[in-house]
Amino acid sequence: MTAVTVRGLNLYYGQRQILTEIALEVLAGEFLVIIGPNGTGKTSLLKAMAGLLPASGTIEILGQPLAGYGRRLLARELAVVPQLTPSDFPFTVAETVLMGRSPHLGLLELEGAEDHRLARQAMAFTEVSHLADRRLDELSGGERQRVIIARAICQGPRIILLDEPTASLDPAHQVRILDLLEKLRREQGMTVIMVSHDLNLAAMYGGRLVLMSEGRIAAVGRPAEVLTVARLEACYGCRMEVVRSEVGGQLRVHPLAAVIGG
Amino acid sequence: MGCPLRIETWPIGRRLLLALLVLGGLLALAILLGLSLGSSPIGFGEVLDILTGRGTPDPTALAIVRQIRLPRVVLAAVTGATLALGGLVFQALLRNPLAEPYILGVSGGSAIGAIVGMLAGLAPFPGVAGAAFTGSSLVLLLLLLLSGRGMLASRDALLLGGVMLNAFCGAVIMFLISLSSREEVRHILFWLMGDLSMFTPAQFPLLLAVLPSFLLILALARPMNLLLLGRDNAATLGVNVRLVNGLLLGATTLMVSLVVCQAGLIGFVGLVVPHVLRLLLGADHRLLAPASMLGGASYLILCDLLARSLPAQGEMPVGIVTALVGAPLFIFLLWRARR
Repeated sequence: MTAVTVRGLNLYYGQRQILTEIALEVLAGEFLVIIGPNGTGKTSLLKAMAGLLPASGTIEILGQPLAGYGRRLLARELAVVPQLTPSDFPFTVAETVLMGRSPHLGLLELEGAEDHRLARQAMAFTEVSHLADRRLDELSGGERQRVIIARAICQGPRIILLDEPTASLDPAHQVRILDLLEKLRREQGMTVIMVSHDLNLAAMYGGRLVLMSEGRIAAVGRPAEVLTVARLEACYGCRMEVVRSEVGGQLRVHPLAAVIGG
Repeated sequence: MGCPLRIETWPIGRRLLLALLVLGGLLALAILLGLSLGSSPIGFGEVLDILTGRGTPDPTALAIVRQIRLPRVVLAAVTGATLALGGLVFQALLRNPLAEPYILGVSGGSAIGAIVGMLAGLAPFPGVAGAAFTGSSLVLLLLLLLSGRGMLASRDALLLGGVMLNAFCGAVIMFLISLSSREEVRHILFWLMGDLSMFTPAQFPLLLAVLPSFLLILALARPMNLLLLGRDNAATLGVNVRLVNGLLLGATTLMVSLVVCQAGLIGFVGLVVPHVLRLLLGADHRLLAPASMLGGASYLILCDLLARSLPAQGEMPVGIVTALVGAPLFIFLLWRARR
């Protein structure tokens, strides 16, 4: 079964074309990582899949056209973890996670016992239960990201989209977040689609990678198929080395300074 | 954390009930004080008798309470509730805790419209009210155009834009006053400063027009919570952002215009009340919206009581009292945000 289908997608900001003829099929239960240089339209593709940017072409979510979903129905199937969540107002962690229940509530309905149970469960899953009464703006970057992922889980979606969830986190926290997502995929069959700049994390966790270059998909496939020296050097315009890790056998990508190795 | 009244672990229903009970009690007390105190004080018991129609009250007391103080208290309550709720909505929509109809020039826009309507000799409703609504809508449109185009991206710049619009509205108002005759000027000047004394029981029905706005905003309290997280976050949590923004802006502009027509320019209520309540209750608009209405109503009744009783002779417009309280708080908040 396909979670997300994209066909013939074009997207413009004013006159500038950001995405060109994107075609992509994401299977249910897949961990897909979108990689590529800065400004190649990775975030735009993610936003288009979430219906946040108007794009021409076809996008289907769980076999239904995206345009046919209202925002509420879409929010029950697909959750988004953005790069940044503003915290100018003093919401607590528990309140923030409970907001994930919004698409399931009537206009005047208050959260009931079941909603609270689901919120507690999501907080336990991302290990933020002990922070429940803390304010969002008092948390560290890694804690805040885990709260936002708990909110996404609380929506009860089948697809979760994440825009660089590990940016600005230290290596230990990066791995912690990605382990969480992999657990979500394995235990609950969640489809995970993530934009990342970190090629090594992409190689470690991604079932399939999508390499983007100048608004087009340059390559799709398993990490070993996508992460080749020739392809990476062409996309990133910088010398690269791809090696296999001695522990676990995963691919490791290293950029090389132009002066090294002549 | 911090304030003991912030019992976030309680279910929302119980917190709502507690807030409504406490603030409802405060409002009842404020109304009682507003009806009882004044140049000729009337006892609480007698006021209660007059309100409930029991016993045989003194005819003078009856006239004072029914004809003079009650209209004034009712107008203060509705105006305070509207301005506090309006401030709360603007703060959520612009994601800026310093936004407020008066500071942003939206009230000034309605005042221009209302003055034009009065000078043209239109009926209070729908003529003057309609002109006020047009004026405030135009200011709001200008503000949104400026902020939407990225010209006022930072929160301070947005406020600056609002303050400038407000100053411009002030200049237009002065210009209109300089054109009008002496008799009109006195009337307009008093009304402008936020004067609650010229309201009569005959004008009660005009105030009912704010009710649909109240109900709509209360119903949209949860989407307002999500709007605080930004457009994209709100949308992916199921909010139709464009629709909700449109409804909130329309309802708020309408109700603010209506009370500006009746009560003139009263500033900072929408800043002070939501700010204090946010400290006590947290950020959830399902608590803050009804609490702001009750708190705003009580606050303006008490401010008006001060305005009536502070000067040795006569009284001063309530807008002076709210500005004396509100402007320093605004400066304090700006200072704290800068740190």
